Amino acid sequence: MQTIYTDVLVIGAGLAGERAAIEAAQAGFSAICLSLVPSRRSHSSAAMGGMQAALGNCAKGDGDCPDVHFSDTVKGSDWGCDQEVARMFADNAPIEMRRLAHWGVPWGRVVPGKGSYFKGGKLYDKEEKEENRGLINSRDFGGTAKWRTCYVSDGTGHSVLYTVDNVCAKLGVEVHDKTEAISLIHDGATCFGAVARCLRTGELRVYLAKASVIATGGFGRIYPGTTNAVICDGGGHITALNTGIVPMGNMEAVQFHPTGIVPTEILVTEGCRGDGGTLLDVNEERFMHVYEPEKQELASRDVVARWMTHHIRQGKGVKSPYGDHLWLDIRHLGEKHITGKLREVYEICTSFLGVDPIHQLIPVRPTHHYSMGGVRTNKDGAAYGLGGLFSVGEAACWDMHGFNRLGGNSLAETVVAGGIVGKKIAEFLQGAEVTFNSAVIDAEVKKQQERIQNVIRCKAGTENVYKVRAAMQDALFKGANIFRTKEGLTECIATLQETLARARKVGLKSNGLGVNPELSAALKIEGQVKMALMLSCGALNRTESRGSHNREDFPARNDRDWLSRTLAYWKSETDDLPTLKYEAATQVFHIPPGDRGYGKSEIIKADAKAESKGE
Amino acid sequence: MARSLKFNIFRYNPQDSESTPHMESFVLEETDSMTLFIALNRIREEQDPSLQFDFCCRAGICGSCGMVINGRPGLACHTKTKDLPADITLLPLPVFQLVGDLSVDTGSWFRELYDTVESWIHTKKVFDPAAPEERMEDEVAESIYELDRCIECGCCIAACGTARMRPDFLGAAGINKVGRFLIDPRDERTEQDYYEIIGTDMGIFGCMGLLACEDVCPKHMPLQNQLGFLRRKMGITALKNFFGK
Repeated sequence: MQTIYTDVLVIGAGLAGERAAIEAAQAGFSAICLSLVPSRRSHSSAAMGGMQAALGNCAKGDGDCPDVHFSDTVKGSDWGCDQEVARMFADNAPIEMRRLAHWGVPWGRVVPGKGSYFKGGKLYDKEEKEENRGLINSRDFGGTAKWRTCYVSDGTGHSVLYTVDNVCAKLGVEVHDKTEAISLIHDGATCFGAVARCLRTGELRVYLAKASVIATGGFGRIYPGTTNAVICDGGGHITALNTGIVPMGNMEAVQFHPTGIVPTEILVTEGCRGDGGTLLDVNEERFMHVYEPEKQELASRDVVARWMTHHIRQGKGVKSPYGDHLWLDIRHLGEKHITGKLREVYEICTSFLGVDPIHQLIPVRPTHHYSMGGVRTNKDGAAYGLGGLFSVGEAACWDMHGFNRLGGNSLAETVVAGGIVGKKIAEFLQGAEVTFNSAVIDAEVKKQQERIQNVIRCKAGTENVYKVRAAMQDALFKGANIFRTKEGLTECIATLQETLARARKVGLKSNGLGVNPELSAALKIEGQVKMALMLSCGALNRTESRGSHNREDFPARNDRDWLSRTLAYWKSETDDLPTLKYEAATQVFHIPPGDRGYGKSEIIKADAKAESKGE
Repeated sequence: MARSLKFNIFRYNPQDSESTPHMESFVLEETDSMTLFIALNRIREEQDPSLQFDFCCRAGICGSCGMVINGRPGLACHTKTKDLPADITLLPLPVFQLVGDLSVDTGSWFRELYDTVESWIHTKKVFDPAAPEERMEDEVAESIYELDRCIECGCCIAACGTARMRPDFLGAAGINKVGRFLIDPRDERTEQDYYEIIGTDMGIFGCMGLLACEDVCPKHMPLQNQLGFLRRKMGITALKNFFGK
């Protein structure tokens, strides 16, 4: 068994993981990132639109500052976020954008002079100041008071990931790609690293580290249709939840993006609407301005996705063999803009849909997109429950997003949180010594070897992993979608419990030799179903509507009873349901709960009398 | 009436002592909007779960799924079956080490490239968190992004005559990477520094000018122009070196 030692082991080599590794490396520590794919193929690369940071360089961003960004973020979260964390994020974001510029990101820059822009299909004038020539530019995104989203055309994630990966190469941060962590090594108090499976040979390896970091991104693939890459399967979360002591935060907080294309669920960026694109219904008429007179197409994603679904339910959707959808119209932005600042959108539409967005409408509907929940950490990025374990990026519930995140805030979070948490990891490592217990390591390796052999030999049964996975995805799609009810969630949980029993009986059809993809899927199916149960149980328990969590039977946001974060534990491997606990959403209030200014909903105030309490 | 598609797929699992390289056929009924991503996943889930291939973003952005599709390197995820004949032959990309079936190791190849061309900004300046960013004209930023768009899928390398013959050839992706830093005003390297990297047969002078790289690039990168531009630039640097300026 090959055993590799490093000061910091980062599981995941997307932006958050690599950015954290850079901080450790700059402080003189060795760092290895494990990745399912070559690091530059990580899903960070697919984030097109941009990163929010209150630089305030462009005309429509004039007067912006971290306070406004913070306020937008808290409102966006529907007061579900940790306000200290959101504050740290907003304060550090501008510095991080400048650091990225120093490292080589070719940010779009301010061009002085008169220009025009579209909003709600209408043309407006603006004038950029000469004194801001060549500073980092911003575009408009949903749920923000100012134009704040820094961008590189519509390849922001790609460009930033390549830049950050270059810095990793320069600093000697190692990336072991085609390597999958399958379990954490720990003694119930301290994390010692991970057991990993090499995806070149299928062999197991042990990685020992003083600090381990879960930075594996989202887990959208537990849903049947998602904008997430196929690698966003929750593998990192599973290693954490299998410890039984590390909780997942707010798993029920799931974002649906307004503009996934139909079919194939590929995302087209919010930049389309930010740059002036509109949403149309079956009559090719706009509707968002009716529901949201103020923000229109640029209300927060949870609100736009909700209204779109509502509008389709009113019979205003466009019929198609793939179900009803709506239209995204960017035709008026013109060829130069579409093939320039929205080039990826142009390529996606032409190559996947056969639609030319310069002259044709793009079929879209709300599609699973982002996981606000994840491995619960404190504000330093340290995971609850285990020493030496950290988490960062979408994988983590750090929790600056609460129940809805704003467009452009997650890509920014990867690097901002990566920098902050990376620094904390470096501090943690200063003088930290760990005693590795070989009995703990050997026992974990043996357990994993046995698990693999059992699945290959069909010891527990011959359930087909792909069928079990489809059953899980289908249950979530039906019961834990944009609109949720007690009945739907109860049925979803019952189905998932049956699915969990089946997941425990999965056996391979193929021989399992080498980099067998069936084995990879089989090793995580039980964990995935457990995550699905955490999500649906959290959603059933939460008898209110907050951000992206919409209970049709509890339409009000209930600050009296639910200004809280769900913590889901899987206490014992053989449990059939998660254990749920709750903690306050935030320790510190800079902004008390109030009206978001969009997505009109009833609010049960924190000091409301108890008799009006729901069920 | 839907077509019946016949997929002829290269099979070999180096980790299985009983496996030998061979072609295997699978038949699928074509569905509406079918891509090779959909087709290959269906084959894996319904017919042979051991079939190895690489997809990640499945949106033509990440570059994972390069393979040889009916003789031509391309991205499988954005290849629609309706654009192909009913007989579809899929082979792994050459040049890169085979992992199994259609999966190859592009990661190691490119990681070595980053070290060879030192694909990062070389500057003596130290980042000052309190200072505003250095200014840059938007046009300059856009021209850097134009070259930064490469997704490192490896198609240009697999299609390159020189890369097939010389394992150390940087290929269009590598040379383009140098071009990206050469035009970046933040990088303080001189033309002489770049000459040290690509002024050899391993670099720009190894290119035979066949330009299949430009033909197969799924992101339509301006590789032909880049190769021409850098060849001229490095040629002039070579002359300067020869005549001592």
